[in-house]
Amino acid sequence: MRFRDEYRDPAAAHRLAAAIARNVTRPWTLMEVCGGQTHAIVRFGLDELLPKAVTLVHGPGCPVCVTPVEYVDKAIEIALRPEVIFCSFGDMLRVPGTGGDLFAAKSRGADIRIVYSPLDALAIARAEPAREVVFFAIGFETTAPANAMAAYRAKREGIGNFSMLVSHVLVPPAMCAILDAPGNGIAGFLAAGHVCTIMGYAEYEPIAARYRVPVVVTGFEPLDILEGVYWCIRQLEAGLAVVENQYARSVRRDGNPPAQALMREVFGIIARRWRGIGDIAESGLGLAEAYADLDAERRFGAVGDAGGDSGAGGECISGLVLRGARKPPECPAFGTRCTPERPLGVTMVSSEGACAAYYRYRGAPAAPGGER
Amino acid sequence: MTDDGFALFCPVPAGDLERVQLAHGGGGRAMARLLDTIIRPAFDDPQIERRHDGAALDIVGPVAFTTDSYVVRPLVFPGGDIGSLAVNGTVNDLAMCGARPRFLSVGLILEEGLPLALLRRVVGSMRAAATAAGVRLVTGDTKVVDRGKADGMFVNTAGIGQIVAPGPIGPERVRAGDAVILSGDIGRHGIAVMAARQGFGFETAIASDCAPLAEPVLALIEAGIAPHCLRDLTRGGLASAVVEIAETAGCAIVLDETAIAVCDAVSAACELLGFDPLHVANEGRFVAIVAPGDAERAVALLRRHEVAAGAAIIGEIRDQPAGQVSCRGPFGVARAIDMLSGEQLPRIC
Repeated sequence: MRFRDEYRDPAAAHRLAAAIARNVTRPWTLMEVCGGQTHAIVRFGLDELLPKAVTLVHGPGCPVCVTPVEYVDKAIEIALRPEVIFCSFGDMLRVPGTGGDLFAAKSRGADIRIVYSPLDALAIARAEPAREVVFFAIGFETTAPANAMAAYRAKREGIGNFSMLVSHVLVPPAMCAILDAPGNGIAGFLAAGHVCTIMGYAEYEPIAARYRVPVVVTGFEPLDILEGVYWCIRQLEAGLAVVENQYARSVRRDGNPPAQALMREVFGIIARRWRGIGDIAESGLGLAEAYADLDAERRFGAVGDAGGDSGAGGECISGLVLRGARKPPECPAFGTRCTPERPLGVTMVSSEGACAAYYRYRGAPAAPGGER
Repeated sequence: MTDDGFALFCPVPAGDLERVQLAHGGGGRAMARLLDTIIRPAFDDPQIERRHDGAALDIVGPVAFTTDSYVVRPLVFPGGDIGSLAVNGTVNDLAMCGARPRFLSVGLILEEGLPLALLRRVVGSMRAAATAAGVRLVTGDTKVVDRGKADGMFVNTAGIGQIVAPGPIGPERVRAGDAVILSGDIGRHGIAVMAARQGFGFETAIASDCAPLAEPVLALIEAGIAPHCLRDLTRGGLASAVVEIAETAGCAIVLDETAIAVCDAVSAACELLGFDPLHVANEGRFVAIVAPGDAERAVALLRRHEVAAGAAIIGEIRDQPAGQVSCRGPFGVARAIDMLSGEQLPRIC
């Protein structure tokens, strides 16, 4: 498969790793923002190809992980209403709320359907006009345009039985929150290629300048990530802090303007709570006033545990993992008291979560044949 | 139910002969007609024609006996249907015991409203799959349940096979140094069924690999190669099969990811959905663990059979660490392989 294999060429990977090693003169810590990048790094062992001086820490870019627990509770409460067909991306179903997850609600009789696109949920609403169809609209800027399109079409077609439970978040405010934390130690970022495909990268330029950190917009294949690291290190060693675009085959500086226009039409910027991180001002999207009648929270009244929390509580360190302050194996519960079957925190649940990536690809103890 | 909450209806079947009705499972005339017109002709076996309570079989020597129930949505998918799946699945379980599949029973649980044309198709595929695998469908049972109580239909098959392997086959026979052979590319069945269920419009249609595996396995045994362990890959994919073997045998398995074939279409679908092909379901692939000295010859023998034409050595058995599987990737770094904790769910973005 050419499109993929050319980004997974072992010889090219080793050349890039060697170039990084040649350029590094002191230790640097870089954060990859997106959970998809984290998975590629751990799956292909890219961190093990890098010189010891380069440390990769994993960022908050797992949409499932940062969705606050009260939204899972709201989702469950709405889904359990007999008139509701609750539609969600599959990955959200395993995320624990205060008292169980959506899979458990499904086993208790809730009509919960896994969809692959918000437009599938809209199609269900058209097909079942006697039921209330609710779509769980979560994620970063990547999923926001498609979700906005569902709302836009529902409005235009007058589909009265469709609504959305919205918990959208934005990447740049989270990067700032991480950089504002004292002692964060992050010298540079690999920005999330798909988020930037939508939003472009102009909004990262003030962050690079203000915090003096290089930001390299990076793709998701092994060679993309190694090249992103290389460019970041090259900037750091040269004393630069600018935005560069490694993922130029997908990303332009101004992103996808029609998608952005649709997002502006349907959503407004609001404060959001991030699971594991806390409240961040102007860090998310909510339905704009013109679309407020599609807001499931309004339609079904106050639902969910209003208290909620921002972390997982107990011994779980998922908040620190999501901020890049700890790596999953540094958690004493990792792989012992916390596994995908019995997760203590959401980073072990989601397929894009950092703990799940380490567990899946590195195992609890050391993997056999791990010597190189 | 209608909106006014009350409606008169006639309890007599409306004469819709094109769909399964509760009367078809009632043990009366309607049921006899269903069996006579659709089920017995398709099975066409003297044992079924005897219309007795059970089959009387002649079998000498050690036998393998297995059963499996089949639930799939949609009932028909590219490359097969629940009928071919139910026959091949049980045939393959017998083959993995080193047995020549001989006789199968078929239990059908039909949902009221199932189109008779679909039922006809499914039993027809059972017949075809049984002929292809050289097994006889010798006894069966049919039940009908209320609408909404089954996903169209459920099928159970049980099978008896004549063991031809000279010695036991199983994880306990696996030794350090043994070669792990995979019979072909992986992931076709899981992606085909998922694409059919969700209506994904992939450019390349992916067909299930659903196929009988007895012939290539028996060919190994007949050529004097005694496989130490055989395992067909099913729901949990290659990962579950090898992890199960490693855990039961108390050995380590080291795989080479670059030797594991995944066709372009499956690979692209997995990339799109965020799936690992190692966890995607198969219905026509198996793993054979053989002594290192037999490995090359076993691969050559398997490749003579169409269903195992892609056979290759994909790894080896080691002593330690017990119960663990790792997979060396394209960059030479090993990753751990585990079973999925639950269902494989598509990622969000």
